[in-house]
Amino acid sequence: MAQIHTNQTLSVNLPEVLVLGPPSIFRIYEKHLSQKFMLLKPWESPIPLEEFLSIHAQNTTAVLTSSVVAYLSSALRLLPSVRLVVTSSVGLDHIDLKECRRRGISVAYAPSVFSADVANLAVGLWVDVLRKISAANCFLKTGLWPVKGDYPLATKLGGKRVGIIGLGRIGREVAKRLEAFGSKISYQSREKKPSVSYPFYTDVCELASNSDVLIICCALNDQTYHLINREVLQALGRQGVIINAARGAIIDEKALVQFLQEGKIAGAGLDVFEHEPNVPEELLELDNVVFSPHSAVFTEESCKDLYDLVVGNLKAFFSNKPLLSPVQFDDFMR
Amino acid sequence: MDSNSIGVLMTCPMSPPYLEQELDRRYRLLRFWKFPQKSELLKPHSQEIRAVVGNATIGANAELIDALPKLEIVSSYSVGLDKIDLAKCKERGIKVTYTPDLITDDAADLGIALILAVLRKICGCDLFVRRGLWKNGDFQLTSKFTGKSVGIIGLGRIGTAIAKRAEAFDCPISYYSRSEKADTNYKYYPSVIDLASNCQILVVACSLTPETRHIINREVIDALGPKGVLINIGRGPHVDEAELVSALVEGRLGGAGLDVFENEPEAPEELFGLDNVVLLPHVGSGTIETRTAMADLVLGNLEAHFLNKPLLTPVV
Repeated sequence: MAQIHTNQTLSVNLPEVLVLGPPSIFRIYEKHLSQKFMLLKPWESPIPLEEFLSIHAQNTTAVLTSSVVAYLSSALRLLPSVRLVVTSSVGLDHIDLKECRRRGISVAYAPSVFSADVANLAVGLWVDVLRKISAANCFLKTGLWPVKGDYPLATKLGGKRVGIIGLGRIGREVAKRLEAFGSKISYQSREKKPSVSYPFYTDVCELASNSDVLIICCALNDQTYHLINREVLQALGRQGVIINAARGAIIDEKALVQFLQEGKIAGAGLDVFEHEPNVPEELLELDNVVFSPHSAVFTEESCKDLYDLVVGNLKAFFSNKPLLSPVQFDDFMR
Repeated sequence: MDSNSIGVLMTCPMSPPYLEQELDRRYRLLRFWKFPQKSELLKPHSQEIRAVVGNATIGANAELIDALPKLEIVSSYSVGLDKIDLAKCKERGIKVTYTPDLITDDAADLGIALILAVLRKICGCDLFVRRGLWKNGDFQLTSKFTGKSVGIIGLGRIGTAIAKRAEAFDCPISYYSRSEKADTNYKYYPSVIDLASNCQILVVACSLTPETRHIINREVIDALGPKGVLINIGRGPHVDEAELVSALVEGRLGGAGLDVFENEPEAPEELFGLDNVVLLPHVGSGTIETRTAMADLVLGNLEAHFLNKPLLTPVV
């Protein structure tokens, strides 16, 4: 039984937190977290999760979860005492917010800790696809420059029409960067943002027909599932490029693969996929696609900031203080 | 005057093919690279050649200029002039034109591309997925760009364009230049060592002159340090390449993004296996739009010269 809990002499005084995932901050901060909280770590137990929760977590009031825990809802059903779910993500598509609100469970997330890093990676992928950075680096490092001569020409960044889908924090950070590159920016969002002057589109297809590049910066929810479908890709066209550092399921991946294979769009930069860590094999043969392993938020700095935020939220909860970054249910449930 | 009788020497193949095609259509084009023995071309044709079209790889050195007694103009398909013996041209009254301004955006874009590629290990991420390694676990943590201090050597057109872009990523900007610029708010450092000691990402964006050769030397690399990143979008000889290689291999420098090398197309093989180093085959102006505009400028300058009109972009 002692293996389930971290070995500590003063463990009885530490507040208990059930950890699911575990979240990426564990890679660096597991020890730090176990010095502040009594961590329940089901993956270290040989018994199945349901049994573990029934035995060890009936009095647990706080859950710390990553964003790739698809079974979160079923787990929560087995936890009668939970009052707080802390997710180490900005995405909330893995959480049944309606159910949490119904049960009076607060949810804390990481709304702005990653915005800059996600925007930076989205822009980095955009630049890489258009200027063929990864492909040219590979060309040189495999010794081809003296053999084959000049690398094929790429395409200029400036003056391109960029359509941003979702103009929240991340979308606005992307727009700010792209303006400095001389891009012409338009966007599609649930509603027009009065504080920005970029042209606004209600319809993604229309945005796509007027764009050279689409950058997806919106959340995944019922309305945005497979938002980028065949029709949108067709509208984007043969010279079009798509960048996704949001959620894989916002794009109809089968359609995307087909369009790329058939040269019906010009390229893609993808940090996320429908069935991570699996990536469509057909895409691996293409040199106009740049891949990233869902790592938009994984910088040392963001990891530290996220750790600080998670700890801050948990400490606030356990001392009956207001959460640092609570989800306002009304903002997310329409 | 029939321009098809004007001899124009093109020094090496240049992409896209548009420039060569147009030169061939308008003039009597001689392709230097088709003659393994240069004397084979120069002996019979030296009296015909009135123009040389060179680029950043092969320009017009003293030897070539001396071999062409009728040379009137060197029209460079580049903004860099380090491959042209300007003193010799001046001496002989040979006009020189180049392609300024056109590559500013492409070069600055590439500078930022290299910073992101190095800090976020984008090329490494791409390979990680392609090799199927993601199935075994997550990629390593990388380094955030936003908030890091960017130091720029040379605040000309390209340096300024890099600064503007880096500012949009919320990075503080500092620079070194021969003299402080009055019209900017960026922090000025009076020496490259000072700049390197006070920034995390050092970008070379100045022109290559005898004074700036090896401007990045052992001392500067040491000042930049094991967490520092060097980006070179200038010319290979700006950097003491041997010192840079040993610093990277030994971990004394945090990373590097290089588009240029001392001995192109050779690049230091010791760096090929390092994932904190991104190496590009001199693609600074390698976009179809920019090269086409550069070609038009080369053609426009030649046309103006042979029609006795003012040159479009002469080197002053």
